[in-house]
Formats: sequence, C-alpha cells, structure tokens
Amino acid sequence: MSAATNRTRDTSGLGVARAVAFVSPALLLIGLFLVFPALWTIYIGLTNYTLTGPASVAPAFVGLENFLGALDDALFGNALWLTLVFVLGSAVLGQNLLGFGLAWVLRSAKPVVRRVVEALVLLAWILPSVVVAYLWTAVLDRDGGTLNALLGNESTAWLVEYPMASLIVFNTWRGTAFSMMLYSSALAAVPPSQLETARTVGASGWQTVRDIVFPHIRGHVLTNTLLISLWTANDFTPFLLTAGGPNHESETLPVFIYQQAITNGELGYSAAISFLLLIVNLVVALLYLLLLRRRS
Amino acid sequence: MAAIELTGLSTVYPNGVRAVDDLDLSIDDGEFFALLGPSGCGKTTLLRTIAGLERSSSGTISLGGGDVTRTDVGKRGVAMVFQDYALFPHMTVAQNIAYPLRVRRASKQAQQDAASTTSAGLGLAELLERRPAQLSGGQQQRVALARAIAMEAQVLLLDEPLSNLDARLRLEARTFLKRLQRELGLTTVFVTHDQAEALALADRIAVMADGRIRQLGTPKDVFQRPADTFVANFIGSTPMNLLTGTAHDGFVEVAGARLASPDLSLADGTKVVAGIRPEYLAPAAEGITGTVSIVENLGVTSLVTLECPGDVLVGLTVPEHEEPRVGTAMTAAPAPGRLLVYDAETTRLL
Ligand SMILES: Nc1ncnc2c1ncn2[C@@H]1O[C@H](COP(=O)(O)OP(=O)(O)OP(=O)(O)O)[C@@H](O)[C@H]1O
Ligand SMILES: [Mg+2]
Repeated sequence: MSAATNRTRDTSGLGVARAVAFVSPALLLIGLFLVFPALWTIYIGLTNYTLTGPASVAPAFVGLENFLGALDDALFGNALWLTLVFVLGSAVLGQNLLGFGLAWVLRSAKPVVRRVVEALVLLAWILPSVVVAYLWTAVLDRDGGTLNALLGNESTAWLVEYPMASLIVFNTWRGTAFSMMLYSSALAAVPPSQLETARTVGASGWQTVRDIVFPHIRGHVLTNTLLISLWTANDFTPFLLTAGGPNHESETLPVFIYQQAITNGELGYSAAISFLLLIVNLVVALLYLLLLRRRS
Repeated sequence: MAAIELTGLSTVYPNGVRAVDDLDLSIDDGEFFALLGPSGCGKTTLLRTIAGLERSSSGTISLGGGDVTRTDVGKRGVAMVFQDYALFPHMTVAQNIAYPLRVRRASKQAQQDAASTTSAGLGLAELLERRPAQLSGGQQQRVALARAIAMEAQVLLLDEPLSNLDARLRLEARTFLKRLQRELGLTTVFVTHDQAEALALADRIAVMADGRIRQLGTPKDVFQRPADTFVANFIGSTPMNLLTGTAHDGFVEVAGARLASPDLSLADGTKVVAGIRPEYLAPAAEGITGTVSIVENLGVTSLVTLECPGDVLVGLTVPEHEEPRVGTAMTAAPAPGRLLVYDAETTRLL
C-alpha cells in the first residue's frame, strides 16, 4: 500500500505521525544495512576502487568500464556458465526432484520411517555451512575420505577431479529439505479421493503424478523452483569446499566475486559483477512471476 | 459384469478397529445392491475393501468367479464413485469422462467417442467443454457416474452417491440412477445411511451394524419382517414401536393391553418385545389405550403419539382430517398379522 492511500484511509487509526514513528526504526535498519550497501555497490561498480594501491585511497570514476570489461572476461563467462550448471543441476533438478520424490514416497510410509527420514533431511538443512562443508570435505577427501573408504579405492580426489559434480551432489543433499517440506504440505492438499479414483482406473504412479497431482501443485512447483534457484545462485558454500578450483573449474559467480574482491583486490570490478548477479536474479524472479501469473 | 462373492471377509485398521468383521455375502450378476447402516458401521470400509483400496485382513473376494483378494486396485475392473465425486478440477467434463481410456492409452478418437456416447446417456452432452467447478451438484454427480461407466468395469461401487444433493434433487437422481442401472445391467453396490433410499433403489439390502450384516433381504423382507430390533428400529421413515411385555397363550401383554400374536407356542410369561409399525396401527374399539400427547403432520398422514400406562409411548399414523385432539383418550390396534414378536434377550425375531 502506498503512503498516499495510507494517509487517506488510515485504517489503523494511528495517525500518520505515530505510524511513521512506529515503522521508522525498521526502515532505518533496512536502509542502513540493505539499501545503502546495495546502492553503494552500484556506485563502487562505476569506479576503479581497489583493495590496495593508489586507487584504494582515491578511486576514480570510470563509467561503464567495469561492466564492459566483464563481457570480455573469459573467467566471468566461465563463472556465469558454472552458476547456470550449478542452479540447473542442484536446484531445478536435484533438490526439486529429490524433494518431490521423498515427499511422494513418504506420504504412504510408516510414521516411524517418515519421521526418521524427515529428521535426517532436515538435519542437512539446518547445520551451519561451515560444519557441513567440513563434513563433506572429510567424506570426499582422497586420503582417508569416507567415500573412498566405502568404495575401497584410494585414488580419487573427488573435489579435484569432479569439482562441479561434487558441488551439485553436495548442494542437492544440503537443500532438499525445503523442497521436501513444501511438497509434503502441497501433496496433503490433493484430495485423496482423486488419487484413489486414479488408482481404480488403473493409472500408473507416473500417470497419477502427471495428470492428477501436478496440476494441483503447479503453483507450489513454480514458487519452490524460484526460491531454491535464487538461493543456489547466490550460495557461497561452494567456496568452502573447492574455493572455485581447481583452475576455476568450480568458480560460480559468488565465488568469482569473492576472488575478484579479496584475492585480486578488484573491488570496483567485483561490485560491478555483483550488480550483474543482482540483475540476473531479478530477471529469473520476473520470469517465474510471469509464469505464476499466467497460470491464474 | 460379474457377481461378487465375499467369504469370511475382515478388514482391520492399523488402530485395531475391526470395521468389517468376518462377513459372508454374495451379490448376483446385474443386481442393484444396497449396504445400509448407521454411521460408523463399516459400509464405506466394506466398499473400499471390495474395490481394493483397503487391504482385507482375512477372507476372500471374488469378482465374476475369479479370486481378486490380492489383485491390484487398477486390475480388478471395479469402478467407484466417491461421495465427493472426485472430479479432476483441471480437466473438462469430456476429459474427466474419458480419463479411464486415456490411462489405457486409447486413441484420441476413442476417447472422444466414449465421452460423447456416455455423456449423451446421462444428459451431459451440452456440458462437455465445461470444468467441474462450472457444474451444479447434480451435474457433477452425473459426470462422476459417466466416468465410472466409461471405465467399462465389471462392478460399479457407489459411496453415498446422493448424499451431497439437496432433498428435491435427490429424489430425481434416485429415479435416474435406478433407470440407468436397469439399462446398463451393471452389478452395482451402493452405500447409504438413508433407509428410504435403500428401500427405493435396491433389489436387495444388507443392513449392517458393527462390521457385520444384521439382515439380508429384499426391501419388502427388510421392511415387513425386520430380523431383529436393531433393524426394526433402523428401517422405516417413522420408528417402529418396540414395546416390552410378556407372552401368553396366543397373545402378548404390552402397554396395558392384550394383543393377538402370531402362534409361536411360547411358554407363558416369556419376556418379549412386540414390534408394530405406526403405519400398521389404526384406531379401534379394543387395543392399546392412551392419551394423545403429540400430533405431527407428515403430509398425507399424521403421526400421533399416545402416552400409555407405565409411561410407554406408542406412535400411530392416522389419515389427514382424522387427527385426534391432544389430551383426548384413544385406542388403537395393530392390523391383522402385522405384529412382530422379538425375543427380549436375543432381540431376534421369533
Ligand atoms: N482410516 C481409518 N483408520 C482407522 N479407523 C478407521 C478408518 N476409517 C474408518 N475407520 C473406522 O472404521 C469404522 C467404520 O468406518 P466406515 O467409514 O466404514 O463407516 P461408514 O459405515 O461408512 O460410516 P458413515 O456412514 O459415517 O460414512 C469406524 O469405526 C471408523 O471410525
Ligand atoms: Mg461412509
């Protein structure tokens, strides 16, 4: 609701002055810690600001140079592509399908099984990233890693030889809980009699999902895909596992931005890339919203 | 089309409720069969067990001579209409009706043909392109029936098919359903808790209580000779008078009156329950005498409640214009041969 309609309606009967007084602390905090840094990033993106050297003291305004530079930067293209692979593999496919699959199977499972699986999946989600990253390093390590011990092989350095695949599996494991819970509640809203009708006419599991379940939960699928895509695109945990390596093979955009800013000290350039990532996020969000709107 | 044969069938829910309890039943090919009983007696569970939606705990089910006890739901050839109709909201009426064919991967043409022929028989031809949300309750019910028929199943199961319709529509749908069943000749089992519906529609009725069948018979049997006091109480639009008393040679003594009873050669003084329908009691010179306490207008007749000696209440129906005044005394006697005598202990008909 805009300020104008608030003023004319004043539904709460507080009076404008008091209403403003109530929301101003929150607005102040949001402005200070969210809006200002975002605007500041755009500003820095237009300068040649660096971490060290003369430009760190007196950055110069360089216009769109950083943005144009990004278009020519093969590493930026690489990061963009890897982010796309990461999002498609671990969010749109991995978390989505696994989350739905678990929700669908657990529906008819014994309550005990259901509780245990849900608890385990949730655990992967609520543990701090640092802990989880450390655990996965321990699992995937070449020497004495749990996976190699299980496979009885001593020679595969998973995070080095298959960095993107490792990250995709990791992030699928890490984030499936959200999709699973969202789909569980969505499935609970599908009338059982419709599912049973499908059973009596002899529909297979796949036919039931496609013809009966999916049309009911289409909105949930879109919302879920939007959220997990954005979270995955902006996720920094890959840095803790592979630090973007080896040789930029797993350098997704957030990792690339960090490397540019902290390792290379190119604050201006990394701010410009951050802004581009923001734009990508917005475009993706708009696309999903458009799809959602078209449905209803 | 097929006969249904149930032997020793039990269905126990995980929480221990024996919803169907060691039940034997055979339903003939082409029969229109009603499962009737109060709420919670296991009607829906029995229907779902026949469909295969609930697993039976013991006993066998056979359809058309073949044992299907362990057959998958989808392979039993059983069509079911749920109480809420379970129409797919995102499909048109035509798609809903043709869905069983789509599942079998029938050609588009075959699906269209099925939708149009089935819908024509049910007066839905104009509505094929609508969505379920754009239909009235009665139309939705017919779409659900059409979809079940399009399945070309051996057996049709209906769970309270009319209970979501308003009273007027229910009467129309009842007639419609009976005609449809006759035309299709499809073995049909329907569940209802409305005795009038069961009496009106069914070839035979099973009256259930606590997961068992209390009485099995034609509507006439069940109405005229209820097998026990439970059925007697349940069947009939006005509750049957069940009067406790004692038997004597050739008559029963109830509510301070002596009524001629069928010859049952009971020992003198046996405790019995006399059952008389209000419709079969009529004003008479001799019989049960009491004070008129309530008069309820039922339309063509009125239900009069008499307060008899020993605080016993007796109901009888009288034709319109012959209602007695409240507070006056009245005497009524049962029509010949309409008095039923139940054992007071076992509650069975003697
Ligand atoms: N899924 C279930 N789990 C456990 N108990 C159940 C379940 N469904 C039904 N019951 C119990 O089984 C018994 C029979 O239920 P059922 O639904 O068959 O009754 P009904 O005769 O169809 O009643 P109504 O006329 O109210 O529909 C009831 O005691 C009920 O509480
Ligand atoms: Mg029921």
